[in-house]
Amino acid sequence: MPAHPPIFRPALVLFAILSVITGIVYPLAITGVAQVAFADKANGSIVAAAGGKVVGSALIGQEFGTSDPTAAPGLAKWFWGRPSATGPTPYTSLNLDKGAGSSGSNLAPTNPALLENAKARLAALDAADASVGIVRVRSGTQSRTTPVPLDLVTSSASGLDPHISPAAAEYQVPRVASARGMDEGRMRTLVRRCTEGRTLGVLGEPVVNVLALNRALEAARR
Amino acid sequence: MNGPLQLVIYLSVLLAMVKPLGWFMARVLEGRTGEAPLGLGPALGWLERGIYALCGVRADSERRPVETGWKSYTVGILAFNAIGFAAVYALQRAQGVLPANPAGLGPVEPGSAFNTAVSFVTNTNWQGYGGETTMSYLTQMLGLGVQNFLSAATGIAVLAALIRGLARRSSATIGNCWADLTRVTLYILLPLSAVLAIALVSQGVVQSLRGPQTVALTVPLSYDEPVMQTEAAGNVVNDADGQPAPFTGPDGKPVMKAVAVTTQTIPLGPAASQIAIKQLGSNGGGFFNVNSAHPLENPTALSNLLEVLAILLIPAALCWTFGEMVRDRRQGWAVLAAMLVIFVPLLAATYAFESRANPAIAAIGVDGAAGLGGNMEGKEARFGIANSALWAAATTAASNGSVNAMHDSFTPLGGLVPIWLMQLGEVVFGGVGSGLYGMLMFVIVAVFVAGLMVGRTPEYLGKKIDPFEMKMAAIAVLVPCALVLVGTAVAVALPEGRAGVSNPGPHAFSQILYSFSSAANNNGSAFAGLSANTPFYNLTLGLAMWFSRFWIIVPVMAVAGSLAAKKSSPTTSGTLPTHTPVFVGMLVAVVIIVGALTFVPALALGPVVEHLQTVGR
Repeated sequence: MPAHPPIFRPALVLFAILSVITGIVYPLAITGVAQVAFADKANGSIVAAAGGKVVGSALIGQEFGTSDPTAAPGLAKWFWGRPSATGPTPYTSLNLDKGAGSSGSNLAPTNPALLENAKARLAALDAADASVGIVRVRSGTQSRTTPVPLDLVTSSASGLDPHISPAAAEYQVPRVASARGMDEGRMRTLVRRCTEGRTLGVLGEPVVNVLALNRALEAARR
Repeated sequence: MNGPLQLVIYLSVLLAMVKPLGWFMARVLEGRTGEAPLGLGPALGWLERGIYALCGVRADSERRPVETGWKSYTVGILAFNAIGFAAVYALQRAQGVLPANPAGLGPVEPGSAFNTAVSFVTNTNWQGYGGETTMSYLTQMLGLGVQNFLSAATGIAVLAALIRGLARRSSATIGNCWADLTRVTLYILLPLSAVLAIALVSQGVVQSLRGPQTVALTVPLSYDEPVMQTEAAGNVVNDADGQPAPFTGPDGKPVMKAVAVTTQTIPLGPAASQIAIKQLGSNGGGFFNVNSAHPLENPTALSNLLEVLAILLIPAALCWTFGEMVRDRRQGWAVLAAMLVIFVPLLAATYAFESRANPAIAAIGVDGAAGLGGNMEGKEARFGIANSALWAAATTAASNGSVNAMHDSFTPLGGLVPIWLMQLGEVVFGGVGSGLYGMLMFVIVAVFVAGLMVGRTPEYLGKKIDPFEMKMAAIAVLVPCALVLVGTAVAVALPEGRAGVSNPGPHAFSQILYSFSSAANNNGSAFAGLSANTPFYNLTLGLAMWFSRFWIIVPVMAVAGSLAAKKSSPTTSGTLPTHTPVFVGMLVAVVIIVGALTFVPALALGPVVEHLQTVGR
């Protein structure tokens, strides 16, 4: 054992070599394999409409709802996803001019804004229902109406959640069917087709892909 | 019952992998140059030999790299990490003029670049920035991605030196740091990451060098923004406070204009390769702002299982490696048992707390049990409550710090669990290597206390524990505690610290306490509402990360050197056995008591008060 083994040169050389291996060769090799074996998924699972126009990513949600009761009737014909806390508009997955991207609300459970947001979303959902003649009474002794599933009034972690629970989809079936003049049974068939169960029957939660469902609605109209 | 079942499946799969991976890692850490199991030696041995040749690492007569004493080993590790820090800082500052920057991002601001460089070198991966809007692909790959590997390799190398110190008798050397860093990176971290990365891409995690993709929205949106005053050259005019100045109407309010949004921009990048190592190496730094809550970072239930398994995989398996290398597997099981005894109840607790809906929201006509019942604010539908709670417990038990849900929006007690798991010193699994060497410091404290109780000289694995080892262990145990409490106190006392909080009341205190608990234990997760990309937090959290990492590594290495030099004392009827349930209980008690005595007052001021507020309504 030498009294003073060299330190700086091996540190620098080892750092340089391992940087090339782990920082260039490794990610490029994975990119190569990914682009050959899973080209669609490696590039964002982009969805194209019939004409070839790209209309979204199968994994990224889009805004179909609102928390503004006056705007709600105009959106009654769409299934609404989860509230999103991204800026400047909901479901902004990237806006480099604004330095904006994925984001949660980060509101504490005791933050009054959390309750205000939930109330506003609830009011907008009720306004959308009212525009097609579904009356919701939520106060006093007459509040016998179906309660809203929780995920429809709480914002997601990413602000880009593409899914809602099957209960949240079912809650919206009467409204969307009525707004589109479609049969509720046929609507439920479409919902089932866009529902993904638990993986292997146990992992994760059953969910409905909102973008896929709304695009299926548009396709069914034609 | 599906939720608890998923937790049981997770723990079962994890424990099933402890023995094979632990055995594999022991072979790598003990093997000769060019030798590694599973065909990796023949496949990558030429690379290992080439690296040694270029670094001037010489071999002894047994084809092993020539070893050094603990001081040379430590200085080597510190120099290697200092170079890493300089490289990550320089890359961030220069990314604007470097290639692989399709989004055209400019240089990272110096304070943020300092914080981020410290963060990734110390295996913390605290992130004051949003990945998709700040870091070029080159910075992500060659700066952050490289440190994900090298900081993890550093942790395992230091652990290997400590284990050799325990295993050897009267030895002046404890290993060769260059060889340990090389072998851990080539044979353990790279192969595991490659397999996991490809599996993640198959689930939809992006791995591409293309720039962002623009897609058309089905329903166009619009938002209002103030019209800014501009000079003739088109630059925005600033007001007296240095903020951009909007035009104001006759009513004194800013003039607003509607901005139409008809497209969505899908971010891409070489994400899967980086996510694999950030999960496996207890790094945790997300490719995107919301980390593994992002659908392109963690798209499915299966990708979620793989990623959350990867968090605890290496830290758990290293317990087996430890037992293997000290030639007494019961010792490894004992340490793993102590970790599980603390982890499982805390996991169950956070799952139980998150399973309850926020009573305020449930009161307004919302069904707290329907669909994805529970506290769903800040959680993703595909993961639900069980997987979000599991991830929160795993990521803070390990010093990983990645998230798949927003901890800031957890219930008060559901959020207390992650804070406390970090405050326990990241020894319940902990970081790769660092978790186990931290736990072994607690073991030294535990045998010392036990020795005092029964009036015998404390020993561990036949090595006498003298005041020197005890002093070093005390430093390693107490440095993070002091950094958390002092850092939190300074931040609460100064306006710069208080300016960052985003929630009212006791939760604001929790946000600050969380940030220092995270930084000073090299975790990296956050109550993310805190605006931490400020000069104050970039500096203070950066210093907390740096000192907690290296003020633990140095005493641990000193213990390693001191133990290696000692003779082994024979086992007698008076020797305290350290593989029994009694000793596991003793070790758990020491960890819990240190963590509770240090932090209960602070926790009472934050999460506990907030909880009392919610139930008091």
